[in-house]
Amino acid sequence: MSQTSDHQDQVKIQNMNRQLVIKNLRKEYVPGARVLDDLTVTMHAKDITAVIGPSGTGKSTLIRCINRLIDPTSGEIYFDGKDLSKLHGKQLRIARRHIGMVFQEYNLVERLTVMENVLSGRLGYVSAWRAWLRKFSTEDISAAFSLLEQVGMADFASQRADALSGGQRQRVSIARSLMQSPTILLADEPTSSLDPKTSVEILELMVNQAKSREIPVIINIHDVSLAQRFADRILGMSNGKIVFDGAPAELNDEHLKVIYGGESWLT
Amino acid sequence: MINLSVNTEERRWSRFTLTEKLIRFVFYVAILSSIIVSIRTIQVIPEFLYDAPEQMADMLNRMWPPDLSYYPESIHEALLETIHIATLGTLLAVIFAIPIGVMVAENITPYKWLNWLSRLVLVSSRSINSLVWALLFVAVFGPGPLAGVFAIAFRSIGFVGKLFGEALEESHQGPIEALQATGASKLSIMFMGYWPQVLPTFWSVLLFRWDINIRESAVLGLVGAGGIGVSLSTALELFYWDRVCMVLISMLVVVATVEFLVTQIRKRII
Amino acid sequence: MVDLNISQNRAQSRQYFGRCNWLVILCWLILFLYLSYVFSLFELTTERFLIGLDNGAKFLGRMIPPNFSRHELLIEGLVESLQIGIIATAAGVLLSLPLGFLAARNLMPIWVTWFARGIIVLCRSFHPVIVAILFVKAVGFGALAGVLALIVASIGFIAKLFAEAVEEISLKQIEAIRSTGASFSNIILIGVLPQVMGRFIGFASYQLDSNLRNSTMVGLVGAGGIGGTLFAAFQRFDYDFVAAILLSIVAVIMVGEGINNVVRRIYR
Repeated sequence: MSQTSDHQDQVKIQNMNRQLVIKNLRKEYVPGARVLDDLTVTMHAKDITAVIGPSGTGKSTLIRCINRLIDPTSGEIYFDGKDLSKLHGKQLRIARRHIGMVFQEYNLVERLTVMENVLSGRLGYVSAWRAWLRKFSTEDISAAFSLLEQVGMADFASQRADALSGGQRQRVSIARSLMQSPTILLADEPTSSLDPKTSVEILELMVNQAKSREIPVIINIHDVSLAQRFADRILGMSNGKIVFDGAPAELNDEHLKVIYGGESWLT
Repeated sequence: MINLSVNTEERRWSRFTLTEKLIRFVFYVAILSSIIVSIRTIQVIPEFLYDAPEQMADMLNRMWPPDLSYYPESIHEALLETIHIATLGTLLAVIFAIPIGVMVAENITPYKWLNWLSRLVLVSSRSINSLVWALLFVAVFGPGPLAGVFAIAFRSIGFVGKLFGEALEESHQGPIEALQATGASKLSIMFMGYWPQVLPTFWSVLLFRWDINIRESAVLGLVGAGGIGVSLSTALELFYWDRVCMVLISMLVVVATVEFLVTQIRKRII
Repeated sequence: MVDLNISQNRAQSRQYFGRCNWLVILCWLILFLYLSYVFSLFELTTERFLIGLDNGAKFLGRMIPPNFSRHELLIEGLVESLQIGIIATAAGVLLSLPLGFLAARNLMPIWVTWFARGIIVLCRSFHPVIVAILFVKAVGFGALAGVLALIVASIGFIAKLFAEAVEEISLKQIEAIRSTGASFSNIILIGVLPQVMGRFIGFASYQLDSNLRNSTMVGLVGAGGIGGTLFAAFQRFDYDFVAAILLSIVAVIMVGEGINNVVRRIYR
């Protein structure tokens, strides 16, 4: 009896650790002009969270504060038992190893092959010497091949990244982030540079992979219909604050007006 | 559900194929061995190497302060002469480089032997240093700026001709085809089709080469071909280090000014 | 209606072309005046020119056929030039890689880049021959002076262009590598180097070619290599030997260019 409840506790703790807790997050690029205005939100494990809002409202800043590509001015970000906003140097790098990120412009190393790009997901773990000689372990290489199969890019392993189409690049980019065995996945406008059909495919891929690994996903997206289709929870941001927080079904035109301001773009 | 099937075959990946690895390996070995052989066989007296910093410090000491009176005495005229040599030489080179560039462009001159011959001319021109050309022309024309002008010209033909030919080969064929369709003569096509396209490259190459030629003309005087090299040579032979320093400073100023000028012209016009 | 347009167009084009022509004529005039000035300054009379041509013909006659009898001397000189060129390029490349990185404004703090760029500018300021002369005075005659002079020349070229290449890289690719938690050296190795390696190798092979050419010349001022042999032959009026030397130099450089192209292809 006690064993199962212990185990259940453990799972609960694990799941709780996979919560992302943001408290009073503030970012000011110019003093006084707050891009993130004391944001407080908790994102649960296994949730697909979509952040929507007009350009310049801080969505991208929010995502980048989590893995500290941008440093917040103040506030706390708790994940996996640590405050990400206070980490530096090696600690930060270790934390980043477990945070996967997918970018709007794929950000692959263009002149390297697909395989090398996927393997670069393990760069947090290999020494400079091995990185230079591209000496990755057999486990890493097997994992890379398997991931490429899962994203549907197995045939492209030896191709240079700049020879691929946008959708293909984003698949490789997803494989790279999954290579890190992440405990959370971030995506900054992953479909903004893709055509509608490919956008759906990419989002499906991301969501399926995340669900099967039981990790939370936070996606920045400006296409509201895509957000409603794939997300479990939607956060609407406006002027650095969260003005909507709820299930996709609850999002109605009134909310959208508050988030985006104006009506002319509503059909 | 996560795919739990075990993959029994071990898949390998490496950055280069076996042949690529072999070629790169051979190459590394070749490069490394040539470096090592060179280091071991070069005739260098080690004592001179260890002595070097002290000697250099001594030389720099003797150079400072520079002899400012040397400027009006000898440097000023020599500098002007250097600039004239460079300018004249570049202009002369252009006169030859344009026809040779046309001949080396495979899309304009369809005769292989002509391409080959002009390429040979251009390579020879580039392979022989302007200083060596200067030696030759001093033997032909006697010492003085005339030799310098020809030395600069003959060295620059290779540079300008090669880049000009490449610009011609890379020009868009669209306008050319349009002109051909109107029945224009080959010469008209040259003037109206190719020339306007290569004009910006032409000016750019011209300016670039003029800039380089100013530097090159400065040293030609060392072998007697006129310009500030003569002032330098005199000062060096007599060990007037402060005058040497003055010459070097004046050279620096001229080269910096010319580079500045060229960058400005590039920004405005090209 | 149509007539009006045509005459309007004609007037406009006359205006346009008239203006252009005026400027072009002015340029040609300036050019002509400049040339007359310089010709008189240099005492370039047709008489001198014709005498020169005559001399030139005689000169050419003495150069042909080229005389390869003193080939040991020739080979010795060429080998020394090759040694100078190879060592100078190797050392120059090794020094330029870190220096170029230090001079890149997108990677390093300002004071570091100013320092690095200062060194690079200093290396570029003077013609390799002048640098060679100074080194000859400092370390004595021989190949050492030549090697040092060409190292300076190599740094001035490679480090400058390499710094510019590093400044032009896409920071987005680096951002992605940073986000995986990679160390600084890993970021440089996988994020920066692949973007600039191709161009770096291009610069290095160009400089090898340039150093081989220059190594034939620094001998003229006593810094070792075949330039010395050439100069000596000139002074002895051995013009047929001079011709032999020149031909060998051209041959060596052509071979060098060929190897250059092969290297480019291997390293993509």
